[in-house]
Amino acid sequence: MNKSDELDDTGRRNFLVKVTSVVGGVGVAATCVPFVASMNPSSDVLAKAETEVDLSDITPGAMRTVAWQGKPVFILRRTPDQIKSSSASNGGSDPEPDNKRVQHPEWLVVVGVCTHMGCVPNKEEPGWTCHCHGSQYDDSGRVIRGPAPKNLEVPPYRFVTENKIIIGKA
Amino acid sequence: MPNRIIKWIDQRFPLTSFVKHELTGYPTPRNLSYWWNFGFLAGFVLMLQVATGIFLAMHYKADVALSFDSIQHIMRDVNYGWLLRYMHSTGASAFFFVIFVHMARTLYYGSYRAPRELLWWTGQGLLLLLMATAFMGYLLPWGQMSFWGATVITNLFQATPFYGEQVVIWLRGDYTVGDATLSRFFALHYLFPFIIIGAVIVHLVALHSVKSSNPSGIDLAAKDNIPFHPYFTIKDLYGLGLFLMVYCVFVFFMPNSLIEPANNIPANPMQTPNHIVPEWYFLPFYAILRSVPNMVGGVVAMGLSVMMFAFMPFLDRSRIPGGAHYRPIYRLQFYLFMLDMLVLGYVGYVPPTSQTMLIGQIATLCYFASFFLVPFISKVEERWLIKRGLPPQLMALMESESAGIAKRKLKPQRRKGDMA
Repeated sequence: MNKSDELDDTGRRNFLVKVTSVVGGVGVAATCVPFVASMNPSSDVLAKAETEVDLSDITPGAMRTVAWQGKPVFILRRTPDQIKSSSASNGGSDPEPDNKRVQHPEWLVVVGVCTHMGCVPNKEEPGWTCHCHGSQYDDSGRVIRGPAPKNLEVPPYRFVTENKIIIGKA
Repeated sequence: MPNRIIKWIDQRFPLTSFVKHELTGYPTPRNLSYWWNFGFLAGFVLMLQVATGIFLAMHYKADVALSFDSIQHIMRDVNYGWLLRYMHSTGASAFFFVIFVHMARTLYYGSYRAPRELLWWTGQGLLLLLMATAFMGYLLPWGQMSFWGATVITNLFQATPFYGEQVVIWLRGDYTVGDATLSRFFALHYLFPFIIIGAVIVHLVALHSVKSSNPSGIDLAAKDNIPFHPYFTIKDLYGLGLFLMVYCVFVFFMPNSLIEPANNIPANPMQTPNHIVPEWYFLPFYAILRSVPNMVGGVVAMGLSVMMFAFMPFLDRSRIPGGAHYRPIYRLQFYLFMLDMLVLGYVGYVPPTSQTMLIGQIATLCYFASFFLVPFISKVEERWLIKRGLPPQLMALMESESAGIAKRKLKPQRRKGDMA
């Protein structure tokens, strides 16, 4: 008689219990995948990726808010003074030179979502103030005070003509 | 005839013995004060919320284009829709009020101490479930406060290491709080109460295993327990009557006092209201979030501030029974903690200025200090109270309690010795 055929062979039983548990566990984990994945953005949400904006009617110093992927995007036509003060510093807690954040110094394009908790900051000269938790941003969208950890995000965009941009594609 | 039916059931299902054991004959300390009413009241409000919620769901539409208007439809067109909605919205505040009193009583009388740690921790789990349910329900009217509250809270998960961004998008099902978020919050807001009911059953099983604590902090002898029915059914019902008076004043005379006016503006993802505040029951925790200048630190501090209660069985080192009732320093600490909660609530409500920020930071420090100092203070206080002199019966009781704990700690070692 083979040793593994003995009735009190606990080694064989323990091995089978372990293997069955592992296979069962993998099965449960694999079954969770479609359920978890179903909560990610659906195709129609993913489709609203690009927004085209005509800039011709924005006067110097004025700001326009447009929707991109459901999020507000601030487009600020900066005056020479604003450009000068923005390029004079590197911002606050997340230092970044102004010329890295703009394609044309006159036009600042940033996602208008506070990097702290996702509120929309208000335009309060100079820069923006988020009233949820008091973060402040300068005219380059860089955080200069408050709990926000990062500067306002610069979305991918490009100038199609001198007065028209497409947000969502660099 | 009814007797024969009950007999028929009893042969197949332990109906009579269950009711006798867990309800009518359930031994209850005879010295329970009205502070022990609030567990029952919480159960009552839970049933109220489930009942009104199910009927509201028959008229509500979870769709960004329809939900705000469907609330107006409930308020104006549905028969007694206004009543169902005001009962539900007031019920949410009532639920938190009752639970906060229930928790304060546990802290005051030291009811979390051995052997009731698991009872306390299941309660802590229920608090988290309650908070999650209330938060998701608040999005459903799709007003400005709903939208921005949900935006801020889902954004907290940005603090998740490495996958912060993906986790937030996954939670919302969109890049912003949108239609996908609203539908899933509605689905989960309907599901969670039933998980809560399950957790309440676990809470009650734990309670019926260790029995109620009482103001003396001493487990009473059998002769000092009286049956739950009729003594405490009537006491709970009297408390319920008082509670319902206050509840009805809010439902019928000031139903909007607990709803932020800004929530009567439909959600606008392009414009944050100048001053966003959470519901009153989240204000102290929200103030802690705002007080920490670092984002991840703030989220961790807020999460910890809710979870701190669970550590109380470990933090409280005093063997003096009865909690604050017999411990003057702990009592002072308890009232200072309540005061600190009020200060935090105020700081959470007002717009952030440098002055309120400073007050909030000091209050946050006090909040955590009042937990972390408990081990030292309770030890010193115990020594002082023993030195000052305790009744001999109490000393004997503490001796036997600590002997019991020592015996429990020895047990596993003895077993190990037996095997060798």
